[in-house]
Amino acid sequence: MAGVAHPIEIVGLVKDFGNTRALDSLDLTVEQGQIHGFLGPNGAGKSTTIRILLGMLRADAGEVRLFGADPWRDAAELHRRLAYVPGDVNLWPNLTGGEVIDLLGRLRGGIDERRRAELIERFELDPTKKGRSYSKGNRQKVALVAALASDVELLVLDEPTSGLDPIMESVFEEHVDAFRDTGHTVLLSSHILAEVEELCDRVSIIRAGRTVETGTLGDLRHLTRTSVHAELEQPPVGLDVLPGIHALEVDGTRARFEVDTPELDHALSVLLRFGLRSLTSQPPTLEELFLRHYGDEVPTEPGDEVLDRP
Amino acid sequence: MTGARIFLQTFLRRDRWMLLGWAAGAVLLYYSQAVSVDGLYTTQAEFDRAAASMEHNAAFIAMAGPARALNSIGGQVTWQASAFGAVVAGLMSMFLVGRHTRAEEESGRDELVRGASVGRYAPMTAALVTSLLANLLLGLLVALSLWSYPLALADSLGLGVGLTLCGWFFTGTALVAAQLTASTRSMYGLCGAAMGLAYALRAVGDIGYPVLSWLSPIGWYQAMHPFSGLRWWPGLLLLVAAAAAIGAAYALFDRRDVGSGLLAARPGPPRAGRGLHGSLGLAWRLQRGSVVGWALGVLFIGLAYGAIGNDVGDLVGDSQTSRDLFAQGGADLLDGFYATACLMLALMACGFAISSALRPRTEENDGRVDSLLATALTRRDWLLGHTSVTVVGTVAVLVGAAVGLGAGYAMVTGEPGTALRLSFPVLQYLPAVLLLSAVARLLYGMSPRAASLAWLPLVLAVVVMFFGDLLRLPQWLQDLSPFEHLALVPAESFRWAPFLGVLGVALLLSVAGQVAFARRDIR
Repeated sequence: MAGVAHPIEIVGLVKDFGNTRALDSLDLTVEQGQIHGFLGPNGAGKSTTIRILLGMLRADAGEVRLFGADPWRDAAELHRRLAYVPGDVNLWPNLTGGEVIDLLGRLRGGIDERRRAELIERFELDPTKKGRSYSKGNRQKVALVAALASDVELLVLDEPTSGLDPIMESVFEEHVDAFRDTGHTVLLSSHILAEVEELCDRVSIIRAGRTVETGTLGDLRHLTRTSVHAELEQPPVGLDVLPGIHALEVDGTRARFEVDTPELDHALSVLLRFGLRSLTSQPPTLEELFLRHYGDEVPTEPGDEVLDRP
Repeated sequence: MTGARIFLQTFLRRDRWMLLGWAAGAVLLYYSQAVSVDGLYTTQAEFDRAAASMEHNAAFIAMAGPARALNSIGGQVTWQASAFGAVVAGLMSMFLVGRHTRAEEESGRDELVRGASVGRYAPMTAALVTSLLANLLLGLLVALSLWSYPLALADSLGLGVGLTLCGWFFTGTALVAAQLTASTRSMYGLCGAAMGLAYALRAVGDIGYPVLSWLSPIGWYQAMHPFSGLRWWPGLLLLVAAAAAIGAAYALFDRRDVGSGLLAARPGPPRAGRGLHGSLGLAWRLQRGSVVGWALGVLFIGLAYGAIGNDVGDLVGDSQTSRDLFAQGGADLLDGFYATACLMLALMACGFAISSALRPRTEENDGRVDSLLATALTRRDWLLGHTSVTVVGTVAVLVGAAVGLGAGYAMVTGEPGTALRLSFPVLQYLPAVLLLSAVARLLYGMSPRAASLAWLPLVLAVVVMFFGDLLRLPQWLQDLSPFEHLALVPAESFRWAPFLGVLGVALLLSVAGQVAFARRDIR
């Protein structure tokens, strides 16, 4: 990997809190100019990873590089180049939102005045309210405006939209998209899958302090199933012996099943033989991908292990 | 009213330790006056002389109340404790009402509860009854403790019940304030203003405009004249006023939406001023209220000490033990007394210095540090900003104490030269006060959880000062208090060596705290 370093490179990161191992050899690489989704259930270690990346916590083992440098040692220097929005934004009860935006902007080394005004308007934020009287969503808006209005190369966002309503969420998505389109980088931790699907170029999924999956959405879909619902001219036979078919239900001329995405082509060509009247197929969502990693509700079959141990 | 009983039970259970704490504090306030007066004067002649000198001290009267029967224990207890007692009951009522009404609405918990089948007035009524009961407990315990001292039953009861009624009145005003404001903080501000007004009206009234005292609930309480011709009818005024305030609160409650106040929240500035820049600007903004509050607080306490003027001899009485207590073994009673006063004021200043040094912990525990440290702000600079405010604030608080003490003395005696000589020495305790704040910083730097121990050195310093010789504490333990090493100016002459030594240790500990903080995880 010669040449310019990636904005974020983490290899084999370990962090213990007392006797609990929060991060257990976690890997994460975020490439320049991409929005990288960082997914995992609560307690998986997303925030811990981010706080190590920001120099709040010290890594116990492993290699962590932020812009090619050590985030613990060079924290303040590196922070000039990034903006961070924590998942739980806590404001000073007696400072107004406008004051906080300016304060954080000044500490970061300057704020884009035009963008500040535009963002406050788009997010419909009242900057004259005191911190104690903001709702959770409005506190988040304050932090988002402060982050998006500063001149940085990297945004580190830890579940930034958990308190926003859908309209504000789309405003957020629009701005993050625009930020990426200027060649900048975003690390977006989330458990809102729709948001990640909408925005992210690449995704890393972590569980119990380990990276279990990483790649583009396309890469990951490769490992998932498409659900198919078909109405045929004649009752189908022999579907159950097709490779990669799961949860097959045949009811007369109707068939419903899930198929491993690589086998989709083959399965459909078999269906055609029975005369296709109507077909609905749903592309795999991250939701399903997620459930397969964390949920017990998805039946596990031999071969599924492949997903867990790539 | 559905659910009011359940609320009441929950509140009483949640508050039981807090209520006991307030009650114990109030009992201590009244009872300790009896004990200290009793111990101070050995003969009635001595007592009469002291009473005569107090009776004519306008500063004392403004602070405490009308001077009546000061040559009796009951009269002294009433005089010394009733105005402060009323404030204690007022504060307790304010916190009780606030925490169960406005604070619950502000946090949104109230809305959650209202989703259940709960009467509209239930939470408010339960909070009201909790506060009424708490004040009843306060008054009865005070009365019982004084009766057991022993003082006259009827007058003890009058003093206690008057306290209860005062508390009920302030419960009513707190309930009104909770309807008017949208935030707990401004509700407390409004209640504090009401209490301050009541206190100020009677202070001015007692000095020479009696009509003003009759406008103040604290004045009504003191007009009951316990231990100097007890009369009950002024208590009726309190009862009626309390009922009126409570009625008004319910009427106001009907006129507002749950979660909002009748007075609109005041908007703040949409942009940060030039001062809100960097860690020092932020730390100052966060701590300036506390700096000003503490400086004014010790200034008033200093005024009270200073207003004793040259009457120290009369007030202290003739007994050797009380002279030793006040003069700390110094030869000259006046110098000894003011040396002790300076030391006490410096110990109070430690309250500011330690809490200010622990302010960064509050910031960290409340999760506000990450956002700051994720900017170009270094950990060192962030903590240094708060440290600077602690140091400057400590100087300001000590200066406030010195100014108060000197001004009080100069006003009463008209001797500004002597006033300066007696009050200026407060400042020489700066290194010791800073050292205690440096201990707090070191503990915080190592671990936020360990930082609670930061109050122990102050406890040690106070115990050593008041009881060190009495309890025969070993010398090494006494030496742990930095105050023991500094000269007792003006009873002794100032010494540079310990001043610089203690300052050096303070600096060392503070730097160690900075270094430790730079190395640990942020919580």
